[in-house]
Amino acid sequence: MANISIIVVKRILNAAALILAVVILNFLLIHIAPGDIVDTIAGEMGGISPELIAEIRADYGLDKPLYEQLGLYVLRILQGDLGHSFFYDTPVVTLIWDALPQTLLLVITALSLALVIGTIFGVIAARRPNGAFSHLITVLALVGFSAPVFWTGIMFLIAFASFFPLFPPAGMAAPDLQPGSLDYYLDVLHHMVLPVLTLALIYLAFYSRLSRASMLDVLGSDYVRTARAKGLSERVVVYKHALRNALIPIVTIAGLQFAQVLSGAVLVEAVFTWPGLGTLALEAILRRDGPTILGILFFSSVVVVIFNLLTDLTYNLIDPRIRLGSKE
Amino acid sequence: MQKSRILFSGTKLVAAVALAGAVAGTAHAADPKRGGTLTIVDTANPRHFNAAVQSGVATMVPGAQLFATLLRLDGQFKTHPYLATDWKIADDGLSVTLNLRKGAKFHDGHDITSADVAFSLKANRDNHPFKAMFAPLQEVETPTPNQVVLRLKQPHPALMLALTAPLSAIIPKHVYGDGQNIKKHPRNTKDVVGSGPFRLAAFKRREHIILERNDNYFMEGPYLDKIVMQNFGQVASQIIAMEQGKADMMHWSSSSRTLARLKKSKNLTVTSDHYVAIGPNNWIAFNLKQKQLSDVRVRQAIAYAVDRNFVTKALHGGFSKPSTGPIVPGTPYYTDAVELYDVDLAKANKILDDAGYGKGGDGMRFTLKVDYLPAAAIDENQKAIAEYLKPQLKKIGINVVVRVSPDFPTWSNYVRNWDFDMTMDVPFNWGDPVIGVHRTYLSNNIKKGVIWSNTQNYANSEVDAILAKAGVELDLDKRKGHYAKFQKILARDLPVYPVNVIAYHTVFNNKAVSGVPDTVWGTAHPLDRIYKLK
Repeated sequence: MANISIIVVKRILNAAALILAVVILNFLLIHIAPGDIVDTIAGEMGGISPELIAEIRADYGLDKPLYEQLGLYVLRILQGDLGHSFFYDTPVVTLIWDALPQTLLLVITALSLALVIGTIFGVIAARRPNGAFSHLITVLALVGFSAPVFWTGIMFLIAFASFFPLFPPAGMAAPDLQPGSLDYYLDVLHHMVLPVLTLALIYLAFYSRLSRASMLDVLGSDYVRTARAKGLSERVVVYKHALRNALIPIVTIAGLQFAQVLSGAVLVEAVFTWPGLGTLALEAILRRDGPTILGILFFSSVVVVIFNLLTDLTYNLIDPRIRLGSKE
Repeated sequence: MQKSRILFSGTKLVAAVALAGAVAGTAHAADPKRGGTLTIVDTANPRHFNAAVQSGVATMVPGAQLFATLLRLDGQFKTHPYLATDWKIADDGLSVTLNLRKGAKFHDGHDITSADVAFSLKANRDNHPFKAMFAPLQEVETPTPNQVVLRLKQPHPALMLALTAPLSAIIPKHVYGDGQNIKKHPRNTKDVVGSGPFRLAAFKRREHIILERNDNYFMEGPYLDKIVMQNFGQVASQIIAMEQGKADMMHWSSSSRTLARLKKSKNLTVTSDHYVAIGPNNWIAFNLKQKQLSDVRVRQAIAYAVDRNFVTKALHGGFSKPSTGPIVPGTPYYTDAVELYDVDLAKANKILDDAGYGKGGDGMRFTLKVDYLPAAAIDENQKAIAEYLKPQLKKIGINVVVRVSPDFPTWSNYVRNWDFDMTMDVPFNWGDPVIGVHRTYLSNNIKKGVIWSNTQNYANSEVDAILAKAGVELDLDKRKGHYAKFQKILARDLPVYPVNVIAYHTVFNNKAVSGVPDTVWGTAHPLDRIYKLK
């Protein structure tokens, strides 16, 4: 245990090097894409002059050689400065910070819903693996997982915003409501239903299949047979003995998926004009808004790396068999 | 059209008096009611609101509400007083004197003076991307706080149009004249101060813009308490919001499928013929540096093969109109007295045969790439026509390969660097040929790297000379004559082949809204006469 702190430091250094590599790679990738922010600005203005082109390029440092631009960018990142959005002339940190809560709200709600309902579905299905409900779940999972999320979203829009106009078609809240008021929160809830359902459907399909398989596995094990032999009720066997163990892979996967939360909602956000990080990233890419794209990529890679690091360290604490740095 | 109704009729005094109820750009002027909120759905996501230094629809529409201008236009290109009550153009055309409305104030209570006007016009000249608008403006004199004299290097017939919303904006010197870079001024998005009918109440990027009534507005109106512009990224969402009465208005809409659907709803009115001054001229541009396309006969053969009526009637369901030249129909200098290239495949084939482009064993003469501007909102004008060219030009033995660009910068990068054969494109006329038309054809505007310059590499000294004359000709009829000649030559030379004009439409809920502007600028015009019915 003495050298664990050295291992942790090593891990953190590794993670930092990884992030630096990601930053450099992203930077180069964006510069390979044809066109730049000047195209976007000229396009939105309906015309541009050579003087203005030169001014914008100089203003954003795009007239400097690539290595110099990269050097400056990395230097700024090291100081914790993600730069200014070309398109919005706003600090990238502010843009990300403004968009993040909306994405978290959407994804965490969808993920939690899917996790709970999916697990319950899976357990019910596993109790009668050849029953009608089990088959229904299998079909549902197949459809839910294979249908493209933008298609599901548009179908929901047609069904529940147009044909049966129960929910609003876009946005997060009516613009004239005061944020913080009860009406505002209720309106957000109302706006959330369709995008959350759309997103939850994929996760739901996934978790119900996972929990069904995991449950089937556990229900066939010796200790469950023993529990049944002791005369315990089926209810206690399933929900107290079996489910606990069956949950382990589900929780692991859920933890890993959380790291991808930020990228998960791009398409759903686009369909419902949800003002989150996904739409911000999409707009930034289409506009060649370099600092904003890089900022979002940097932010999400940091999140992924941190989660991986935490997972590694947690394994180390829980399970002595997965000792970090062990040679065996 | 009467001579005196045109904006810049020679050296005559074009002063006009605003009469209540008969003012520029209102569809219905009967019994407007005060109060209510107008909800507009669109995809607008402006960088900022300062219309003095930034063009583009996203800025122009809210910009025209926040900032007043000296003049405004109605639906017939006629100028009306706005911040200026009357004006006089000197006989030599080298100066224009304008008297400003007394007592007009900015949103923050400061008086609007000639110093603000001088500051604004110079800011416009030095920063606005449409250089041609104010390039001849040498000095702005301010003899009294209520009078400005614009001194020009040369007569400038486009000037009066450039003084209307949304091309310019009178901005307060005490706010924007603090020495900061005006294009990046923090007050371009926050605490915006103008003198237009509405003030900025809230701006949530990517979500909405809320405008509130300016209670100290210096003209009649506005009738609305509030305008809410909601950013709905998907057209589907906009349609649903309109059909269900959740939004009152949708504007700048050109998709035939969307319009045909909305037209079926009896609560919705779909207007047309607005936005004429915007003039989105949808055309096939030819790269004259390309081997075959450098031959005018090849361009003419292509013109004879493309069916404008098929495009406007079949592809666009009658929602767009054929374009016949560089200047769009409905504007003062348009003429259709040019070669119209009615479809004639036999003639097209014969031209190519005579020019020596024989067909190969596969029936094909040569291959050309065609690009198009990728933007979902105008796919039926760009992508659909590019795709239509493939089977259509096959009939005259030209093999067409459609090159797809995933986004605007990719396409723009090809075109501005002359890396194309043919491309669909849609430059705007912007009201006066000097602003939006000349740039495509002047040989001194062949500038590699600049989009919407003369990327076709077209050079004709006769055209250069005509445009130079037309740009400074104050006599309306003479100016029309120059442009008629220009349009005739262009129809012969065909550096671009205009297919259609994208017709922008406003859709509004006729049970809820009245007084929707029918000006040549569409909704990029002060919405001070629009009102709610309930």
